[in-house]
Amino acid sequence: MATIVGAITTSHVPAIGGAIAKNKQQDPYWKPSFFDGFPVAHQWLDKVRPDVAVVIYNDHGLNFFLDKMPTFAVGAAPEYCNADEGWGIPALPPHRGDLDLSWHLIESLIAEEFDLTTCQEMLIDHAFAIPMELLWPGPAPCPVRTVPVCINTVQFPLPTPARCFKLGAAIGRAIEFWDNDARVVIVGTGGLSHQLDGQRAGFLNKEFDLLFMDKLIDDPLWVTRYSIPDLVELTGTQGVELLMWLTARAALPGGVNKVHSNYHIPISNTAAALMVLESV
Amino acid sequence: MVISKQKREIPGTVLFDGEQARKGYALNKMCFSFNSAENRAEFVRDEDAYCAKYGLTPEQRAAIASRNVLQLLAAGGNVYYLAKFAGIFGLDMQDVGAQQTGMSKDAFKAKLIDAGR
Repeated sequence: MATIVGAITTSHVPAIGGAIAKNKQQDPYWKPSFFDGFPVAHQWLDKVRPDVAVVIYNDHGLNFFLDKMPTFAVGAAPEYCNADEGWGIPALPPHRGDLDLSWHLIESLIAEEFDLTTCQEMLIDHAFAIPMELLWPGPAPCPVRTVPVCINTVQFPLPTPARCFKLGAAIGRAIEFWDNDARVVIVGTGGLSHQLDGQRAGFLNKEFDLLFMDKLIDDPLWVTRYSIPDLVELTGTQGVELLMWLTARAALPGGVNKVHSNYHIPISNTAAALMVLESV
Repeated sequence: MVISKQKREIPGTVLFDGEQARKGYALNKMCFSFNSAENRAEFVRDEDAYCAKYGLTPEQRAAIASRNVLQLLAAGGNVYYLAKFAGIFGLDMQDVGAQQTGMSKDAFKAKLIDAGR
């Protein structure tokens, strides 16, 4: 049976891709903790040696448009390509899929009553490509195969936090029952607090973010007490991306050990954070 | 569960719900097309013709002409697609944030830094 080694949750701001493309990682703007937080994640990945990453993220209008907007979509493609998203940042390298895990996840999740959209062709936007570049940087091909799981945060109503928790838990069960000796890491991308649109643009909530990160370790159900509008009010219209962190955490079957966390305001308009959680 | 039709009021915030998605469809579809560099160039070459091709409403056409983000949001625009429109002019999210809050970009950036203290 497959093993879940843990989860990494991180922000996915497009400006990170801009900094990588221009090799500006050591500029003062990103200090003290943004890029410098990742070596700890790299060391941990070297130690736990995952073969596959299940990447939970939200598309921002590259693969999906409002003509067809799935609440939950799972990739089942041999390869996933990044592409121009309209602001001229060079496309990041493609990622290999894992068709066996994709279809195993699809079958297991639908059996657990999640009505998924399945994608045999799927572009991955910055929310997938940037975290993968941060976790496995450099020109060498990414060493892990991938399965994208996309959650709608574009068009409301969004799935509730409780529903996302259940999805994550079902992903975790599916992986645990996958008849394969692969080692699987869960990656959740997005957040934390930020708001891009409206008169309240620039809204951030450090106090809530830090509490959320703390609760995610030992009491991940805590955030399910909030509705989506509550979370928009508390974390901003895009702060709801914390759903990806929640889903990723819920996929870890038992307790977790916090290997690392950091928190940095601002990256562009966003409170950026990183957590590395090891399954125990 | 019965869904309450009463909308939640969050100051300075409009949730992009079904009402907005219906209203903004043509505008958002045009902005989605700006993922392609060719389409961005075509818009720049002849803005009127490009907007006509996507069937923008007069309110949406005026909002595009104004380059005003709050006006574009009021016309049903979604910020993720509008970001691609802003990209045509080399504007980033701090330019967009500054414009919406009526601040200079430097003041907007300072506000963000203050939130981290």
